[in-house]
Amino acid sequence: MSDSQTGSGEQPIYEQVYELLQHYNREGRELRPETDLNAELNIDSVAAMDLIMEIEDKYDIDIPINLVADLRTVQDLVTTVRKQQGAA
Amino acid sequence: MDILAKYDSLAERREIMLQAGDNPFGLRMEKVLSPTDALVNGKRTLLVGTNNYLGLTFDPDCIAAGIKALQEQGTGTTGSRIANGSYALHEELEEALGRYLKRDHTIVWPTGYQANLGVIAGLAGPGDTILLDADSHSSIYDGCRLSGATLIRFRHNDPEDLDKRLARLRRQKEAGSPDAQGAVLVIVEGIYSMLGDIAPLEAFVEVKDRHGAFLLVDEAHSLGVMGETGRGVAEAQGVEAQVDFIAGTFSKSLGAIGGFGASNHPHFERLRYCSRPYMFTASASPASIATVTAAVKRIEEEPGLIRKLWQNAEALHGGLSEKGFEIASPVSPVVAVRLPDEKTAVAFWNALLQAGIYVNLAVPPGTPNNICLMRCSVSAAHTLEQIERVVQTFVDVREALKAGAAAGN
Ligand SMILES: Cc1ncc(COP(=O)(O)O)c(C=O)c1O
Repeated sequence: MSDSQTGSGEQPIYEQVYELLQHYNREGRELRPETDLNAELNIDSVAAMDLIMEIEDKYDIDIPINLVADLRTVQDLVTTVRKQQGAA
Repeated sequence: MDILAKYDSLAERREIMLQAGDNPFGLRMEKVLSPTDALVNGKRTLLVGTNNYLGLTFDPDCIAAGIKALQEQGTGTTGSRIANGSYALHEELEEALGRYLKRDHTIVWPTGYQANLGVIAGLAGPGDTILLDADSHSSIYDGCRLSGATLIRFRHNDPEDLDKRLARLRRQKEAGSPDAQGAVLVIVEGIYSMLGDIAPLEAFVEVKDRHGAFLLVDEAHSLGVMGETGRGVAEAQGVEAQVDFIAGTFSKSLGAIGGFGASNHPHFERLRYCSRPYMFTASASPASIATVTAAVKRIEEEPGLIRKLWQNAEALHGGLSEKGFEIASPVSPVVAVRLPDEKTAVAFWNALLQAGIYVNLAVPPGTPNNICLMRCSVSAAHTLEQIERVVQTFVDVREALKAGAAAGN
């Protein structure tokens, strides 16, 4: 429970998602809400599936595959986490 | 911008692969000579990667049935099952298969790929939720997309992860979420094609029953392979009554082409007028259908084929393990040897082929967890001598590549 509850403020959830993304951020780019997951971090459709599983585990939510194609930026990811937390 | 430019990086990767030798993803089989041998590059090659589990591709009964149907009923049906393409032959196969599988309703499709599309998109629709194993075959993913249902992946072969997700879904349903009111379908495979690992169906059925979900099992690689009479992993684990739907293919153990869905659900046959992949494609040719019906009969009459298959699987798995190769899973007719990277795997695959042995090269994204494999599939038609030759050739190739690397090539 503690993880999803710390996501209440704006900063913490971004910090948490940045942390999860570090593993994919091979070129060590600076992560911003606008960072493009595919173009800047080279997260392809296969890697995106792994990332989604990690996020699902961390926040105890499900993110349907149907939504994954629309996740372009870090901000999209955070918005989806929030939305799915609301649904759960 | 060129319409095909989106594949540039994939094309580059392919080029590199082709520079290393033959094309692993389009190898020309000049002439197939038997269930275990073919001519490749003019050379007699032992086939150890064809999913021909029972070796039925040259079975005299199946061939005779195919010839008879071809001569008496022509080359093709020229129509779909809902127009002029439902011959007595198609219905006879559905009856024979239903009897063998002990299922009230069986529907046949022209390929296994289409069977998954047709069964999944026929069962689930918008408003429903599908939970699928993360390592599912592409035909399952494509069927899921076609269905329009909400798609959630769970961790491979992990009933606990499924349980957790079904529980979340149920909480949403009880909270009145409009997205969670539909039916829930869980999809797994029997034996997984790449690693040869087997689904823990007993645990899965307990979980799905507890949550009131339906279960579909794709027995593509386990039909004719697992269970006393070859009805699949559900038979082997004694849970057939709790598996609501099965799908499968004729292109592996049955040595032909086509696929099926089967169920005891009283309304399963509605798929014949509601499932687009059933309705909008021509039915399989008379010869194809007749060979499958004959192959089903062969499996029923000769359970010894399954025992022979497993003897060979144990021989190959045991032989390669003993020589220090890392096999991805416990014994099954899919024996997947793990190699460190794509370059080594491509070199290994080419060296095996030059030594007269064909296996499947399997690399990401076709494999889970980014691993590279020499994927072997064993057949009941292999002799123990052939299996020993495969083991010895793997050892020789490993030595040769090691020596090559040491010499700096
Ligand atoms: C698990 C699985 N399902 C379905 C299929 C599709 O079968 P087919 O080759 O008959 O189209 C395959 C094999 O290709 C498979 O491995």
